Amino acid sequence: MAEVIDIVSLYPKDMNIYGDSGNLLTIERRLRLYGYEPTIHHYNQDDSWPDHVDMVLGGGGQDEGQRKIIRDLCKRGELLRGLAHQGVPMLMICGLYQLFGEYFQPIEGDRLPGICVLGAHTIGEKLRLIGNLVEHSQRFGSVVGYENHSGQTFLHEGTKPLGEVDAPNTGNNGSDHTEGAMNDNVIGTYMHGSLLPKNPDIADFLIAKAVELRYGSFNPQPTQKALSELKRLDTLAQHARAVAMRRPR
Amino acid sequence: MEPWYAFMIPALGKGIRALSRLARHGGSALPGKVIEACDPDFLARTLAQLPGGVVLVSGTNGKTTTTRMVASILESLGMRVFTNPTGSNFTRGVVSALLDKVDMKGAIDADIAVLELDEAYAVHFVHQVEPKYALLLNVMRDQLDRFGEIDNTAKLLGEVARHTTGTVVLNREDPRISALSREIPIGTQCAYFGLAPAMRKYFPDDDNMHYDNMHDDSMHDDKTDAHGSEEAATLAEPDQMTPEPSADVTLDGLVDHGAIFRMDGATLQTTVRLEGVYNLFNAAAALTVVGRVIRNAPSDSKASAADAHAMLKALSHVTPAFGRGEVIDFHGTPVELVLVKNPMGFRLALASFDPAGHDTMIVINDDFADGRDMSWLWDVEFTTLRQTGVAVVSGVRAWDMALRLDYDQVHVGATETNPATALEAFLAVNPSQPKRIFCTYTAMLKVRTLISHLTKVADAGL
Repeated sequence: MAEVIDIVSLYPKDMNIYGDSGNLLTIERRLRLYGYEPTIHHYNQDDSWPDHVDMVLGGGGQDEGQRKIIRDLCKRGELLRGLAHQGVPMLMICGLYQLFGEYFQPIEGDRLPGICVLGAHTIGEKLRLIGNLVEHSQRFGSVVGYENHSGQTFLHEGTKPLGEVDAPNTGNNGSDHTEGAMNDNVIGTYMHGSLLPKNPDIADFLIAKAVELRYGSFNPQPTQKALSELKRLDTLAQHARAVAMRRPR
Repeated sequence: MEPWYAFMIPALGKGIRALSRLARHGGSALPGKVIEACDPDFLARTLAQLPGGVVLVSGTNGKTTTTRMVASILESLGMRVFTNPTGSNFTRGVVSALLDKVDMKGAIDADIAVLELDEAYAVHFVHQVEPKYALLLNVMRDQLDRFGEIDNTAKLLGEVARHTTGTVVLNREDPRISALSREIPIGTQCAYFGLAPAMRKYFPDDDNMHYDNMHDDSMHDDKTDAHGSEEAATLAEPDQMTPEPSADVTLDGLVDHGAIFRMDGATLQTTVRLEGVYNLFNAAAALTVVGRVIRNAPSDSKASAADAHAMLKALSHVTPAFGRGEVIDFHGTPVELVLVKNPMGFRLALASFDPAGHDTMIVINDDFADGRDMSWLWDVEFTTLRQTGVAVVSGVRAWDMALRLDYDQVHVGATETNPATALEAFLAVNPSQPKRIFCTYTAMLKVRTLISHLTKVADAGL
């Protein structure tokens, strides 16, 4: 029997804008190819929380979607902070990245409280930061994706960005050349839903951390067939990355 | 205001149009752009002559085909229709098309205009010309890189509803569209097109697109916050859920190469020459607005006598718009072009066209008109292509597509970013097997041009 890894997909009903399910698919397929058995828990408002959690994936939503989930997210805040401190790997894109910080002040309406997993806060602005983006990450090298957000995020002392961006009006807030945030094994980023397929190093980081935490060490045992599939996926990702890096914003 | 040189505008515009065609400028934007600059009132002044007014069609998906259906049905019923050619759904495209249609004095020979306009340009348009009818189809996750959020796109269409003088026709099944009934001004009527409950499973909305939600019974709960039609609203107690507004036309069922509609209380069946379930839903939209136009037609006109049967007969003759399920004959082999622009459109296209017996090619570009963000491909499930595989993947973002297909374990025969090379190989292998090409907007234009160099393709009117 393959070793099970429990993955929570957080609020897929309201927070799954533009391709966030691609991240889940990537984790699921790669875990299988490495010889593990992924179990996916789709967690929406008022669902019961799974008994065991090895990884948490969350996506983006519209302002409206964020309002829908906020009460439930606050209810789960302490639990998620606890998991983060234990080292459970998490990936939060866009809307949930914002709500994993301390607060989000939208351009209209009330301030939404965050759950303080990441030391950051977000302010809604008129200007939308939007377009193809490549960032330089100390840990992962070039990270390739697409950003689309009007909330501008500011990192607090002690919180590292996921990467650095070169151009003004890109990244967390358009001015300080940071993008995303990292605390423990929690990654928050504005890079859209297709982040993991084109950035398999980040997918493998999340997978390795999840397996280490649950089973002590990560010893992938892919079959010969799985190895060739992994190689093919990585080659395709390389080509897709190369094209994406040349495209206009 | 009419400038002193307004009398020269038709001649000037026609001149520029002729020149730009000679220079093989191709697109229809230039003459419209020039005329918009020297005579900003040309559009409003010219369209104001139409006794039947303007029917404006907007929404994220299906504008071109629906506009074609509305225009063709009205024409079959005896009206003289002015419409903008495929793809020129910006105001300057409408101006360019008008230049073709007016005489040297600026007079236009038509009873009614049926115009498709992109969501953003529709707002620009209604500030110049208030349409008599607005048909608002849907708001989907298309071009989020242009409009930011889906809710913003809905706001743009709300502005269209606020400026419509006669009747606003809304999609009852799209919560963001049906909610626009609140925006309709006093004195303007509201009508709906919709789906019979059994048909709703074919059209999951964007908010419920995620695969774990697909079988959720609460799928359409959101709709209950929509404002009802007049009749429905008066029936409801203030604190009760608003009952579903009644629709003029609903799509009630699918039959082979046809559909069953409920119109004016009768259930009627017709054959269609259009492919894809979404086009049948668009047909319900077209029939609704046509019905409302006919109700207002002068009682001595041929159109005023039309009934549901006459409308359906006219619908049965409508052919697909170019690139939207259009079939090109390539030396005896049918090559079908299917435009895909957003996740829901691609999902519906995959559900509508059986891959068996066809070679499949996918061409994905990321130019401005396609949308630069490729994330949407991850919201489409491609598992239905596992059995046949995809012969060739092409376009600027071919590798993104190939990666996506591999994650769904769909075999890809070849990946070639250059569409000319890819197309040649695709057509050469297996020459007698019918072909199907799914393509984004600019990819579709490119593929169509490439095929036209190899065989005869009908003039698209661009």
